[in-house]
Amino acid sequence: MSLKVVIPTPLRKLTSGAETVEVEAATVQEVLDNLDSKYPGFRASVCDESGSLRRFINIYLDGEDVRFLENLATPVADGSEIAIVPAISGG
Amino acid sequence: MSFVKGLKCRECGREYPVKLLAGCEDCFGPLEADYHYEAIAKVLKRDVIASRPKSIWKYRELLPIESEPQIGLGTGGTPLLRADRLGRKLGIDNLYLKNDAVNCPTLSFKDRVTAVAINKALEFKLEAVGCASTGNLANSVAAIAAAAGLPSFIFIPHDLEKTKVIGTQIYGTRLIAVKGNYDAVNRLCIQIVDRYPWGFVNVNLRPFYAEGSKTIAYEVAEQLGWHAPDAIVVPMAGGAMISKIHKGFKELQRLGLTSETERTRLYGAQAAGCNPIIDAVKRGSRDIRPVKPNTIAKSLAIGNPADGYFAARLIPESGGWAEDCTDQEIVGGIHLLAETEGVFTETAGGVTVAVAQKLVQQGRIKQTDLTVLAITGNGLKTLDALDMAPPQVIEPKLAAFEEVFGGAYHVA
Repeated sequence: MSLKVVIPTPLRKLTSGAETVEVEAATVQEVLDNLDSKYPGFRASVCDESGSLRRFINIYLDGEDVRFLENLATPVADGSEIAIVPAISGG
Repeated sequence: MSFVKGLKCRECGREYPVKLLAGCEDCFGPLEADYHYEAIAKVLKRDVIASRPKSIWKYRELLPIESEPQIGLGTGGTPLLRADRLGRKLGIDNLYLKNDAVNCPTLSFKDRVTAVAINKALEFKLEAVGCASTGNLANSVAAIAAAAGLPSFIFIPHDLEKTKVIGTQIYGTRLIAVKGNYDAVNRLCIQIVDRYPWGFVNVNLRPFYAEGSKTIAYEVAEQLGWHAPDAIVVPMAGGAMISKIHKGFKELQRLGLTSETERTRLYGAQAAGCNPIIDAVKRGSRDIRPVKPNTIAKSLAIGNPADGYFAARLIPESGGWAEDCTDQEIVGGIHLLAETEGVFTETAGGVTVAVAQKLVQQGRIKQTDLTVLAITGNGLKTLDALDMAPPQVIEPKLAAFEEVFGGAYHVA
């Protein structure tokens, strides 16, 4: 399944500056795995040593935080949009 | 002259020069300003501070601006009120209110952070500023940007209180209401900042902006005669303010302005309908589980608090605790504060008062603790949360008055 991934500025050094990239994947985990094969070092940038998502990075599937879904195991559909967004807030 | 050494990642420690940056480029952790404290200690003495006019800029060596502040000069310096009548109700002998309900220019603590951020935007010569906001920050950025002559773009959840909407639009800002909760608004803003050359105070100006909250600690300590309180109760949304208040008290000790032995226990307060930080503290964890907010305390309705991790770590480390309260208890807290101390606070202040009451009941705050409640916003902004019976209407005749209120003279 093909979907669009929105890449935040700090990670565009890995994607040759591309703001969005297309990947084939069935789950969020596969999105990260496939991005890592395409752009070596990608997974290490968003995940810690144990493979969990870093504390200050959020992943949204069609606008919903994947932590409200099934985290990295969340299935993705054809045409979905994944956004990788740094965690920032402050009312 | 600036005493800022640079920016430092709170997660991995990577250092950066002063620049417009949302987070660490390696680990995405939040950045914060680091200072030349030895140099500051030589110039920032108690008598120097006492000689300056009341505002956050009394402590300007500890704020991350390079030159003299240009805007927000009247911000801060709010009263620290002794609250004996409320104290008797709560069971605290030594109770104080830090009353940011009368902060300038927009009646909430947010003016402190915004004043720092907009001065920084002027230093960076940015062409526009903006923010994602639950309301108070919207008011503050719109006002201070207007006074600085900077265009602003302000993003809010679509269901915000009318008073906070009008209280933003009045300044001639570009106000954009977004379908979704604050977390959705904020995510959009992070993506906008990625594309447009603007300064969003809570995104790419955040390392500077957040430092403004430290001034609450500085002022409280100075107003207590250079003592740190035993306990402070602070409302939490994103979790930034409580950790900056902690940083502020630590800095005063480091500079020798307060005693090294005084420790302030941090108590965090949230509404039960949006309590991800309370939940983490009670689980003994720093791992924040995001929630979908559902509370009248809209200014605290951040379900995915970016600084929640730090708050959940610092609160237990300080010896404090975290507690939440229902919407009904929030309204009760607003009434109690108004009726005992004559201070009308917004829903966030109601959260602080209601949680303080619980913490005393639980024995976590002791009767003898010198306790400060951070009252961070003004009640006139959240009238929607209150449902008061209309006043009795009478004819303009003495007989009509006496018929209804004849016994009023004898009211104690």
